[in-house]
Amino acid sequence: MQLIKDQKIIDDPQQFIADDQPLPSQGNITVSLARWQKDRTQLLKTAGKLGVRLEPTDATATIADDLSKLALVEVNFPLYTDGRAFSHARHLRHHYRFQGEIRAVGQFMADQVFYLSRVGVNSFQLADTEKLPIALSTLKDFSSSYQ
Amino acid sequence: MYQYNDTDQTLINERVAQFKNQTERFLKGEIAEDHYRSLRLMNGIYIQTHAPMLRIAVPYGLLSSVQLRKLAHIARTYDKGYCHVTTRQNIQFNWPELAQTPDILAELATVQMHAIQTSGNCMRNTTSDPLAGVCIDEIADPRAYCEIIRQWTSFHPEFAYLPRKFKIAVTGATHDRAATKFHDIGLHLVKNHSGECGFIVYVGGGLGRTPVIGQVIKPFLEPKHLLSYLEAILRIYNLFGRRDNKYKARIKILVREEGLENFTQLVEAEWATIKDGTELSQDRINAIQAHFKPPAYETLSSQNNGYSDQLQNDVAFAKWVKYNTADHKVSGYRAVYLSLKAPEVPPGDLTDGQLDAIADLAEAYSFGEVRTTHRQNLIFADIKLTDLFTVWQKLTALNLATPNIGTATDIICCPGLDFCSLANAGSIGITKEINAALDDMDYVHDLGDIKINFSGCMNGCAHQSVGNIGILGVDKKGVEWYQLTLGGSSENDAAIGERLGPAIAKQEITAAILDILDVYVKERLNSDEHFLTTVKRIGLDPFVEQVYATH
Ligand code: SF4
Repeated sequence: MQLIKDQKIIDDPQQFIADDQPLPSQGNITVSLARWQKDRTQLLKTAGKLGVRLEPTDATATIADDLSKLALVEVNFPLYTDGRAFSHARHLRHHYRFQGEIRAVGQFMADQVFYLSRVGVNSFQLADTEKLPIALSTLKDFSSSYQ
Repeated sequence: MYQYNDTDQTLINERVAQFKNQTERFLKGEIAEDHYRSLRLMNGIYIQTHAPMLRIAVPYGLLSSVQLRKLAHIARTYDKGYCHVTTRQNIQFNWPELAQTPDILAELATVQMHAIQTSGNCMRNTTSDPLAGVCIDEIADPRAYCEIIRQWTSFHPEFAYLPRKFKIAVTGATHDRAATKFHDIGLHLVKNHSGECGFIVYVGGGLGRTPVIGQVIKPFLEPKHLLSYLEAILRIYNLFGRRDNKYKARIKILVREEGLENFTQLVEAEWATIKDGTELSQDRINAIQAHFKPPAYETLSSQNNGYSDQLQNDVAFAKWVKYNTADHKVSGYRAVYLSLKAPEVPPGDLTDGQLDAIADLAEAYSFGEVRTTHRQNLIFADIKLTDLFTVWQKLTALNLATPNIGTATDIICCPGLDFCSLANAGSIGITKEINAALDDMDYVHDLGDIKINFSGCMNGCAHQSVGNIGILGVDKKGVEWYQLTLGGSSENDAAIGERLGPAIAKQEITAAILDILDVYVKERLNSDEHFLTTVKRIGLDPFVEQVYATH
């Protein structure tokens, strides 16, 4: 699947493993926070880049100590109106100084990526990949900011 | 008042371009209806009964004559020749075409105006004391802080998709004219014992279905920490505010469910991680304050023979001065209210002709500025005593001098069934009826200070629950009924009105209001005892007896 990362449209090198799927021993994989907590030891042995997906109700603090082991944290939008992902991203980037990839996933809108980019999200996996070019163009909507 | 710099202007222009593009994509079917809804709301566009409604931000109520003329032009060109002042000091147009709204926003941008974040689940326009900078009870001028907050809240990337709308009000006077205790955050500028300015921060106030009086979360916040403290509150609200039920989503419910103590701990813990290094510099505060320097006042005496004679010789003028003007901190000046509550006129409405004429008067007599008030009137902040008589005559000719500010006919009224798709009952018609029944101005003046607030449904846009008399439209099997409350106040003695009894039928509501006023006149200790004081002293029973005996 394609996504935007660092202002380019690329093929996703990462694979999300649903909680009921077996864990592969290698590859770049992302799992839910629950899976991470359950299978952490096994996951840390995976040959590849690791990611964790945060739901709106998850607390960033729960993975704070593991951030150095993660290449990716996903913030999920079950609904585009659920703005908790914005604060999660901001916490990860500014409070925990996470340097890796922060990716928005789920039901967010192309027209939200500018604000997402401003709170530290640097990759965008839109449910509708046809909207990727529009999303990319909206990253240039504003040339400065108040905050 | 604040003047945009290049960055401000660029941002507003970019926003206009962004929304134009979004609207074009929507009209081509490229943005889903429900996605576009949230985008248009954040640009001030509601869809209501007849047409889209456009709500324009008037930052903390300040308008220039140039902006007024632009509003007049918009009223003429894109609307039916009028606009409406809201309880949050904004301006609404009721009849624009959706496809034209980007053009209206482009026109507004040319005079440093916008409609950004005037609706939607985001941080709304910051409101303030309409007498800021001129009133005699001011501790410190709140306007520079309002502007700092305006900038910070505008396009804030993290807090654009909150659980629900979020409103901030700031006052710097001892008398609260901005209903700050009924805002999500209320800020009171105060001085500590060493004479330094700071804020008392109130949190969790609100009206609507569940009216709540805000509580103090921080007794003294240094101005340099203003934005980081707001950020901490907003972040906690964004993360923990309820999103499962829109009627429980305001911060007041979070504060209530967490308890003030826990909520405060969460905020303080968050604040501790962000406060250092993000302080507002004194330079920045000074730079913004420079935009609000006092205008070039003349040195005038507080006594003027001509003015004294006019007061003495013209009873109507003297009444108007008594009710529609306020003391000014500079001698030889007064602040003048323009009453938008003339009988027969929908409360808070202004025509394009009035807007243009007000702009001319502002330029001739009040340094080119006007303010909007929470009670849906306007103010010329700086009128010389020697100009008062002329200004009164000109305002009278414009039907803007009804001497009823703060009285029973200065009713806050929402658009109700006539315009609002959520309404249960009409409000404008009944307000006219009450006005007609109170056509004896001497009686109205004898009643004194009474605040009547009238909302067409539970959403309470006209803040009926804090009206001294509150009127709420309810729907009973498709018929319009009205629920009355007594004893509310949005000022220093903040209180939520108590329900008088069962709802009252439409044809009897005006008579019920008259009954309430009669009981007050009979029961008050003397003509100096305010309505609210009488209600507190005697309780609801005498009112209940009278109202329900006859109806
Ligand atoms: S109170 Fe109700 S009827 Fe009145 S404007 Fe608000 S939503 Fe509409």
